[in-house]
Amino acid sequence: MASSAAAFAVLRGGKSEARAGCRVGITRKNFGRVMMALAVDVSRFEGVPMAPPDPILGVSEAFKADKNDLKLNLGVGAYRTEELQPYVLNVVKKAETLMLEKGENKEYLPIEGLAAFNKATAELLFGADNPVLKQGRVATLQSLSGTGSLRLAAAFIQRYFPEAKVLISSPTWGNHKNIFNDARVPWSEYRYYDPKTVGLDFEGMIADIQAAPDGSFVLLHGCAHNPTGIDPTPEQWEKIADVIQEKKHMPFFDVAYQGFASGSLDEDASSVRLFVERGLEVFVAQSYSKNLGLYAERIGAINVVCSTPEVANRVKSQLKRLARPMYSNPPIHGARIVANVVGDPTMFGEWKQEMEEMAGRIKNVRQKLYDSLSAKDKSGKDWSFILRQIGMFSYTGLNKTQSDNMTDKWHIYMTKDGRISLAGLSLAKCEYLADAIIDSFHNGLGTAK
Amino acid sequence: MAMSRAAAATGAVTRRRLGATAARSMASWFGHVEPAAKDPILGVTEAFLADPSPDKVNVGVGAYRDDNGKPVVLDCVREAERRITGNMNMEYLPMGGSIKMIEESLKLAYGEDSQFIKDKRIAAVQALSGTGACRLFADFQKRFLPDSHIYIPTPTWANHHNIWRDAQVPQRTFTYYHPESRGLDFSGLMDDIKNAPDGSFFLLHACAHNPTGVDPSEEQWREISHQFKVKNHFPFFDMAYQGFASGDPERDAKAIRIFLEDGHQIGCAQSYAKNMGLYGQRAGCLSILCDDEMQAVAVKSQLQQIARPMYSNPPVHGALIVSTILGDPELKTLWLKEVKGMADRIIGMRKALKQNLEKLGSPMSWEHITNQIGMFCYSGMTPEQVDRLTNEFHIYMTRNGRISMAGVTTGNVAYLANAIHECHAVII
Repeated sequence: MASSAAAFAVLRGGKSEARAGCRVGITRKNFGRVMMALAVDVSRFEGVPMAPPDPILGVSEAFKADKNDLKLNLGVGAYRTEELQPYVLNVVKKAETLMLEKGENKEYLPIEGLAAFNKATAELLFGADNPVLKQGRVATLQSLSGTGSLRLAAAFIQRYFPEAKVLISSPTWGNHKNIFNDARVPWSEYRYYDPKTVGLDFEGMIADIQAAPDGSFVLLHGCAHNPTGIDPTPEQWEKIADVIQEKKHMPFFDVAYQGFASGSLDEDASSVRLFVERGLEVFVAQSYSKNLGLYAERIGAINVVCSTPEVANRVKSQLKRLARPMYSNPPIHGARIVANVVGDPTMFGEWKQEMEEMAGRIKNVRQKLYDSLSAKDKSGKDWSFILRQIGMFSYTGLNKTQSDNMTDKWHIYMTKDGRISLAGLSLAKCEYLADAIIDSFHNGLGTAK
Repeated sequence: MAMSRAAAATGAVTRRRLGATAARSMASWFGHVEPAAKDPILGVTEAFLADPSPDKVNVGVGAYRDDNGKPVVLDCVREAERRITGNMNMEYLPMGGSIKMIEESLKLAYGEDSQFIKDKRIAAVQALSGTGACRLFADFQKRFLPDSHIYIPTPTWANHHNIWRDAQVPQRTFTYYHPESRGLDFSGLMDDIKNAPDGSFFLLHACAHNPTGVDPSEEQWREISHQFKVKNHFPFFDMAYQGFASGDPERDAKAIRIFLEDGHQIGCAQSYAKNMGLYGQRAGCLSILCDDEMQAVAVKSQLQQIARPMYSNPPVHGALIVSTILGDPELKTLWLKEVKGMADRIIGMRKALKQNLEKLGSPMSWEHITNQIGMFCYSGMTPEQVDRLTNEFHIYMTRNGRISMAGVTTGNVAYLANAIHECHAVII
C-alpha cells in the first residue's frame, strides 16, 4: 500500500486532501499503535477550521455568559415583554390548544406546503381582494421562515438568471450576504444608511439602483428595515418604483415585520402592494417569526407575482424542484398555527390586537429612550432620529469601538454595527441605556459619527 | 433570459400606475422557465385520490398506515404533545438545534453507552429530517472535500440524486440490487467497492433499503466494512427506518455498529419521519464522527454555518416531541412498543401477501417478499405490469415496481395478490 514514509506523513492543516491513494497519519493518542497498523484512519475533516461565531446569534451567547446584574441583551431581534421575558401570543396558545384537540395527523405536507397556510399568507400580504390573487398570478410556497424563503428565491435566481446580480442595501441583515453567497448569486450594495443624518441616503440609493445593469434584482425591506429601522416614505417608495421600472429591475421584498412595524398589517404591506399595483413581477419573502412570535417553528413563505397564471404555475413547479433536495417538504406545525389564527375571524382580530400592543410597546420604549437621551445629553446632539426609525431595531450611529464600550463597560449586548433591538428594552432600563449610549458616543474610543 | 427582457424593453415607456392589465401585456421575466416534471412518487397519490373506484389500493407513498389504511399518530407522540403544549417558548433554537434531541439521537444511532459520545467526538446538528441531514452533509462535503464524489447505490431513493446534484457533488453509482434474484448483488457490490478509488465517499442505507427492501446480512456488512477499511472509503449512512425495519432499533443499527467497531469514522443521517410518525414535522439529525472533541466542535460549527443561510435554525416542534419521548423512560418504552407494532404489522403483511400468491398457484418464487425488509417491497414487476395493475385493478404504486407494504391491509391483501398474479399470468 503506502511506503513507510507516506505512512507516517502527517496531514497538512488547511484543506484536507481526499485524493486517490492512502490517507494516513499519526493519531496523537495512539502513537504506540501506529507501528502495528500501517494505515491509521485520520479524519478527512482534519483541516476543517472553526467557523467564526455568528455576529448576531453570538451576541446572545456572550450575554448568557455575563454574570453582571446590570446586563442588557439588545442583540437578537426577538420580542420581549416589559419584564424582558419571551412572549408567546395568546392567540398562538389558543391555536395550539385547538390543534391538540383536533388531533390532526402528521403526514407529509406537499412540497409547496399547507394549502390553507399558502392561501392565508398571500391574502395577508397582498390583500384578500387583490386582483393578482383572483387571477391566480402568484406562486406561493410555504418555506422555512424568512431565511428559507430568501434561500429558495436565491437558488431560483442562480438557476434561471445566472448572470443577474442582486442589489442589497448598505447595511442590511447580515444573513442576506450569506444566503446569496451560499446560493452563488453575485451581489453588490446600494447606498442606504446616511451616517450624517442617521437617516436614509435617498439620493445615493436611487443613483446606485440607476447605475446597476438593467435587469438586476433589488432586495428591499418591505417595512422596518433591519438593522437601521429607517424606511422610505410613501413618496420615496414611488420614486424607487419608478427607477426600478425604468431599469427593468426585479423588485425582491423581504417582509419580516408585517404588522410589527406600524402595528397595522395593511399599512406595513403598502410598499409591496404599490409595486404589485404597477403590474410588475415581484418576489416577496415573508416570515412569521416576529409578528406571530413563531421564531422557532420556522414558518414563512416565498411569493412570486407573475405576469400570468401559466407563468406562476411554471415558476411554482421549479421552486418545488429546488425545495425537494433541500428539505423535501416544510414543517407542518407553524403552518397550522398561522392557518388557524388567520382563518378564524375572532382569533384574527385578537392577533391584530396583540400585534398592536407589541408594536405599541416598542413605540413607547423609543419615546422614553429619546426623552432620556435628550434630557441627559448636554452636548446638544439631536437624538430625534430614534423617533423617526421604525420597527424592532434602532441604528444608534455608534461605531464598532463605541459598541464595544457599550458591552465592555456597561454590559449592554448589541451588534457591532451599532444596532440595538428595542424589543429587548424595557421602559425601566431606558435611562441606564441612555447613560451608556451617551458615554459611549462621547467618550468611547474611536471616531464618533 | 435576455430575450424576454429585450422584448419587454422594446416599446417600454416609463410607466406609473398601470394596473393589472399591464402585467398581461408585459413580457414575463420567466418566459424561459419550463414546467418541472411531476414528482414520480407524489404523482401516484394524486392519481389515487382522484380514482372513484371502491376497490382502489394505494401502495405508492412511503407513509405508514394501520390495518384500516389510515394514517397513524403514535400514542407516545400524542402524549408528548400534550406535555409540551403550554411549555411555551418558541424562541429560536440554537443554530445546531435542540441539544437534547441531538443527545438522544446519538444514543439511538451510536449506542446508549457509546464511548464516542462520552468522548464528545461526534459533531451533530438537528436537521430537517433525512433530506435535510443528507443535504447538509452533501454541502459540507462540497465545501471541505471539493474533489470528492459520492457513490450512490443502484437503485436508491430518487431524492438522493437530487440532493447531491444540487449540492454540486459529482455522483457515481455502485451495484446493489440483483434483479434476477430480487436480492443483493453482493459480488457486484464488492467489486465496485474495490474498484472505486481509495478514499471514496459511499452512501449506504443502514437498514430497510429504499426502494428495494434488500439489506446485506450481518456477515455481508462485516465484509463490506473490512473492504472499506482496506480502501479507506468513507461510509455515509442514511438511516431513515431505525426500529421500523426489524422492530428493534438496536438491531436495525447493526451495520453502523459494525463499522464503528471496525474503527471507521462515519457520517449518519437520521430521520424520525417513519419510526416516530413525525413525517410533517421534519425532525432528524446529522452526525459526523471526528478524531476528537476539538475537531467535532469545529465540524459542528461549519455545519451550522451551512444551515444558517439555508433556514437559520431548525423547527422546534418535532424536536421537542422527539426529546420528550426519548428522554422519558416510560414514553420511550411506549415508543419501542409502538414501533415494534408497526414493524410487526408490515412483516405480517409480507407473510400474508406471499402466502396469498402461493395459494393462487403462482409458479414464480415470491421469497423476496419476506426476504426483503422495511416498508418497501421491490416486486420485480415491469412498468407495463404496473400500468396494468393501475388501469385494470386500481392499484397505485410507483412504476419501478416498488410496493409500499405499509399500504397493505388484511382487507386488501387478497385482492392485491390476485391482481399481481393476474398481471404475471398473462405475461408468462
